[in-house]
Amino acid sequence: MKKYGVNVAFVFTLLVILSSFEHAGNSSKLEIANDSIPTSFGIGRIATQKEIDLLDIAIRPDGKGLPKGTGLVSYGRQIFDTKCVVCHGAGGIGGVSGSLVTNKTSTKRREKTIGNYWPYATTVFDYIRRAMPFNEPGSLTNEEVYHLTAFLLHANGIIDSTTKITSKSLPAIQMPAKNLFLMDDRKGGLEVK
Amino acid sequence: MEKFIEISQKGNHPISRRKLLGGMATAAVAIVQTANGQVIQKSISQSDIDPTKKVGLGPGEIGSRSLFVKSVKKPSEISSRSPLQDFYGMITPSDLHFERHHAGVPVIDPSKHELLIHGLVKKPMIFTVADLKRFPSVSRIAFLECSGNFRGGKEQLSPQEICGLTSQSEWTGVKLSTIFNEVGVKPNATWFLAEGGDAAVMTRSIPIKKGWDDAIIAYAQNGEVLRPEQGYPIRLFLPGWEGNTNVKWLRRIELSDQAFYTREETSKYTEPIKDGKYRIFSFDMDARSIITFPSFPQKIEKGWIEIRGLAWSGRGKVVQVEVSVDAGKSWHLAQLNPPILDKAHVHFRYLWNWKGDETEILSRVTDETGYLQPTLKQLYQARGNEGGYHMNPITAWQIKRDGNVLFKVESN
Repeated sequence: MKKYGVNVAFVFTLLVILSSFEHAGNSSKLEIANDSIPTSFGIGRIATQKEIDLLDIAIRPDGKGLPKGTGLVSYGRQIFDTKCVVCHGAGGIGGVSGSLVTNKTSTKRREKTIGNYWPYATTVFDYIRRAMPFNEPGSLTNEEVYHLTAFLLHANGIIDSTTKITSKSLPAIQMPAKNLFLMDDRKGGLEVK
Repeated sequence: MEKFIEISQKGNHPISRRKLLGGMATAAVAIVQTANGQVIQKSISQSDIDPTKKVGLGPGEIGSRSLFVKSVKKPSEISSRSPLQDFYGMITPSDLHFERHHAGVPVIDPSKHELLIHGLVKKPMIFTVADLKRFPSVSRIAFLECSGNFRGGKEQLSPQEICGLTSQSEWTGVKLSTIFNEVGVKPNATWFLAEGGDAAVMTRSIPIKKGWDDAIIAYAQNGEVLRPEQGYPIRLFLPGWEGNTNVKWLRRIELSDQAFYTREETSKYTEPIKDGKYRIFSFDMDARSIITFPSFPQKIEKGWIEIRGLAWSGRGKVVQVEVSVDAGKSWHLAQLNPPILDKAHVHFRYLWNWKGDETEILSRVTDETGYLQPTLKQLYQARGNEGGYHMNPITAWQIKRDGNVLFKVESN
């Protein structure tokens, strides 16, 4: 029924254009009939929930998307020492790929770390799961990602060594850098911002 | 892995292997077949063959650059810069378009690649690449610039090294708004997440307004399908917005009522403003220009010189470009080579009769919002002097008495 309706609209538009062309004589140009764009092209297929679940790995700051699991600092330290230390340095400080942990004793220019520059703890889980380790992306289990998240939060002094991380507690963690960021307010014009 | 088909030299005598390996004293051109079957000319040494006395290479399957041209990108571990100083006009050849990726260039079979759109939509849907090509198409010429496109610090820097993370192409694809209509976006959707299918599975949150305004799911660049480095088989293209948001190898779009605060939009691609604060979701690329001729490491001679360069704005059209040939004391309007397009590089030029005196030459652009490209000092005053993303300062070239051209280093 819907398709039939669209066709009627299309034919009507065409008639209007043709009649206006006829009345205006040779000087008139054919107008482009935008009205003829259908409400649906009927291209593509409906995604099943299974297909969505397979790809939908994003975690939001409110915790939406977090899988079940528990992260323990001590387990996270072991995984870090095996899989992460090569690029990120002992204890997450000074590696070739940059520090993840704030070095409070350093006198050098401050490095941006999870402790001083990441506004949401959920991003730590999301990013490790999607892209780490660099040479084996996507190889960690959800449980391993929780452990690593717990370790990195602890190493940055955000949680204590006995705090367990879960899908409930992770979004509730207040990150030190939460209020560091301001929305872009540049609008062009005369002001340099 | 090249196979030699034919080697010729002056006088059309075959060249011996011994000569080839030993000293290269004789001028010669080799016709070689590369590993992927392409037949090209390759220089063996400086050629002085008379082209009117030697039949050339026949028609081929794919074109090549002259063997006398060496125009290449400048790669580092994480990016590859466009040779802006080699370009004429406004289009960047596709193979010289800058590259930036976060976990290398993936190999994607287009017959297996699909785009999922879900979240706050009436119909979550999957589109194959072939599906996307069936929708009404749109083409536009626009620049694409990485927001980390600024280098300084020494005099021996070329336009490619200072500012080579910008390029321009004709992009063809389907409007994202067409796809939004197809899936039926719910009224409470305010953001969408764009996710790539590379090893970084890179993600950015985009305000939904951009999706309705002018976002494109691009499948072609400069008349051919995308290059792998540019997101083959599909990428998001957001005219005028920082390069990173133009997610390549696009595999998923999720409509949401909030931003996701991904790693790339928090710990990266945020820049210092004053008082220990940082700017987040800085999407628009502010107006910028750079003189690409004359520039380091070129050398000029006295007389008439056409100063040439590129100017652009992520907020609309370029209105004017001014050039100074006296270190910024006075400014003159440059000619803009049409067409002057929205959110696009425009090629500018200014005729100058150089008498041989030491001076500095500069350019500055004004866009249609009235924004005038700032000096580095103005940027530091506005944001503090940490540098970071979205730096678009006026670039000055020092002209030395001997004709040498050097980048002018400005300290903070």
